[in-house]
Amino acid sequence: MTSLRGRLFAILLAATGLIWLSAVIWVYAGTKAELEHVLDTRLQEAARMVNSLVATADMAAGGTVLPSLQLDAANYERQLSCQIWSIDGRLMARSSGAPDGRLTEVTSGFSDRVVDGESWRVYAIENSATGARVMVGDRLGLRDRLVADLIKGVLAPALLTVPLLGLMIWLCLGRGLLPLRTMAGELRKRDADDMSPIATGDAPAEVRPLIAALNGLFGKVDAARRHEREVTAFAAHELRTPLAGLKTQAQIALAAPDAAVRNGALQQIIVSVDRTARLMRQLLVLAKLDAGEMPDGGETVNVGHLLDEIAAAATSNGAHIEIDASLHGRDIRADRELLTLALRNLHENAVQHMSAGGTVRWRAASGKVGFEVEDEGPGIPEEELPFVTRRFFRGRHKSAVGTGLGLAIADAAARRLGGTLVLANRDDRSGVRATLTLPQTASVPLRP
Amino acid sequence: MRILVVEDDPVLADGLKVGLALAGMTVDGVANCVDARAALAASEFDAVVLDLMLPDGSGLDVLRALRAGGDRTPVLLLTALDELPDRIKGLDTGADDYLGKPFDLDELGARVRAIVRRGNGRAAPCLVTGGIMLDPATMTVTLHGEPVSLSRREFAVLAALMERPGTIRSKGEIEDRLYGWQEEVESNAVEVHVHNLRNKVGRETIETVRGIGYKMRAVP
Repeated sequence: MTSLRGRLFAILLAATGLIWLSAVIWVYAGTKAELEHVLDTRLQEAARMVNSLVATADMAAGGTVLPSLQLDAANYERQLSCQIWSIDGRLMARSSGAPDGRLTEVTSGFSDRVVDGESWRVYAIENSATGARVMVGDRLGLRDRLVADLIKGVLAPALLTVPLLGLMIWLCLGRGLLPLRTMAGELRKRDADDMSPIATGDAPAEVRPLIAALNGLFGKVDAARRHEREVTAFAAHELRTPLAGLKTQAQIALAAPDAAVRNGALQQIIVSVDRTARLMRQLLVLAKLDAGEMPDGGETVNVGHLLDEIAAAATSNGAHIEIDASLHGRDIRADRELLTLALRNLHENAVQHMSAGGTVRWRAASGKVGFEVEDEGPGIPEEELPFVTRRFFRGRHKSAVGTGLGLAIADAAARRLGGTLVLANRDDRSGVRATLTLPQTASVPLRP
Repeated sequence: MRILVVEDDPVLADGLKVGLALAGMTVDGVANCVDARAALAASEFDAVVLDLMLPDGSGLDVLRALRAGGDRTPVLLLTALDELPDRIKGLDTGADDYLGKPFDLDELGARVRAIVRRGNGRAAPCLVTGGIMLDPATMTVTLHGEPVSLSRREFAVLAALMERPGTIRSKGEIEDRLYGWQEEVESNAVEVHVHNLRNKVGRETIETVRGIGYKMRAVP
C-alpha cells in the first residue's frame, strides 16, 4: 500500500535536493571565478610592487632572499612566491619557499605552469630599465583548497538543516492532508447501514469530487436497498395476508356453532385458495421471466386472434370487451409466449378494475408498432403511476382479485420483447390506457 | 365489546368479523385509512384491530393521528411486517399490542380482551360485581357460583355495565356496544335486554337512573 504522504514526501525531498544541488554548483562556479579574479589581481599587484622595489633598490649579486610575502588569510599558510630574474637568465632574488626553477617562461602576463610537480599560477613583469624580470606566483592546489573550504562553509550549515527541512515537510504534509484523513476516519467509523451523505463542510476543492462521487454512490445503494425492502414488505403482505385469512376462516369453520357460518367460512376458504393459487402462478411466471428461461424466438402472431383467445379465457367481470377489427388484419413478429403474457396481464388488469361495468377496448397504437387497451375503471392516482409496475405494489384502487404482480409481469414481458409498457390515465374520462410498444423489427407487412 | 377492524383483504376482513363475533364481540370493518379515521371519529370502540399496509397509506399514520388527538382506544396492530424493528416501531407509535400474520384467531381474541381490560384499568380477566362473575374469555356468567344462561346480546349488555361498575352507562352507549353499523337497532331493545337480565341475575343489581341510563349495583 502506497502512502500519499510518503509519496509526496519523497517527491518534495527530491525536488528540494535537486534545487539545492544546482544552487551549490552555481555558488561553487561563481565563487571559484570570483576568487581566481581576486587572487590574480593580487598576484599582479604583488608583482608590480616588487618591480617598483627592484627599480629603486640596488640589486646585489644573485642569491638575495627577499622577505617572504605573507598573505595571511584565516589559517591559510598562503604564500606568494616571488623570483627576480635578470634578462640574461640569472636568478637575482627569490622569496623564501619559492622554488629554484624558473616560475615561468612567459616574459610578461599570466601563465600556468608546472614547477617541481606543482601547478602554479604566475604573473611576470619584465622591467627593461632595470633589466629584471619579476615573477610572482601561487600554487593552484592552494587556490582549489580555498574554494573547497568556502563551499564547505556554505554547505555545512545547509546540510545540518536538511533533517530539519525533512521534518518540516513531513509535518506540513500531515497537516495538508488532514482533510483526507478526517474523511477516511469518518468513513471508517460509519455504520455499514448508514447511507447518509458525507457532509461536504469545508472540504478542499480537490476532495469535493470524491465526496460527491461517494455521496452519489451512497444515494444509489440506499435507493436500491429501500426498493428491495419495499418489495420484501409488499411481498410479505401479499403472501401472509391470504394465509392469515385462510387460517382465520378455517378456525371459524371448526368453531362455528351453526351450518350457515361454517359454510360461509368454507366458501371464503375456497375464494382465498383460488386467489393464492393465482398468486403462485404469477410468481412462477415472474421467476421464469427473471431467469430468462422464456424462448425468445420470433414467430408471426395475429394479435386480433390472440386477443380473442385471451378474452375468451378470462372472466369479463361484467365488462364489455371490444377488440378493434383492424387488429385481426395485423400480424407481428414476436415471441408468442411473451406477447401472450404481456397482453393477457394487461387485459386482466383492465377487466379487474371494471366492477362497475363498461367497455374494455383494444386497438392498435397510432404511429408505432404497438397496442393499447383502455378501461373505464377508476384510473390510477397520479402519484402511484411510477410504482404500478413494481412487484406486489397494489394501489388505492386495487381490485379484490389482484395479486400486485400482473402489471409487473406485463412490464417484464414487454422488456423481454424489446418493447416498453406505458400506463397513463385517460384524458377523456376516468380509466387507464396501457400502451405496449414493440420494436420496429416486430413489424410485419400488412397482408394484401 | 365493540371492535373496529381495519383490514383491506376481503377474506381476512370477513374472517375477523365473523371470528371476533363468535368471541362475543361486536365488529365493524373498514378497508382503508380514510374510512378508519371517519369511523374512529364517529363512534367509540373498545379496541381497534389495525392492519399496517392499507391501500391509501400506512395504518401507523392512522394510529399516530389517533394518539395525537388524545384518543386512548386500545390498538392491536395486525400485519405481515413482523420483523423486530417493525414491531418496535408499531408499539412506540402508540399501539398496545402486535400480532403478525398469519395468527391464531383464539390468540387474537385473547389479546383483544387483554388490551380492552388494560384500557379499562383492570388486571383481573373476570368482571365481578357483588355475586355476579362474568368471564369474557369463555363468555360465561355465574351468580353465586351457579351458571347463568344469557343470550349473546344480554351478555354484551351485562359486560358493558360491569366493565365500569358504579358509573352510569347511557342507553346509546349500550346500543353502540351491541350493534354494528349494519345492524338494525330495535327501539326498545336495551330495555328488553335489561328486563331479561334482571330476571336472571337479580332485580336490584341493575339500577335505572331515570333519564340517563343504567348502572350496576353490588348486591352481596
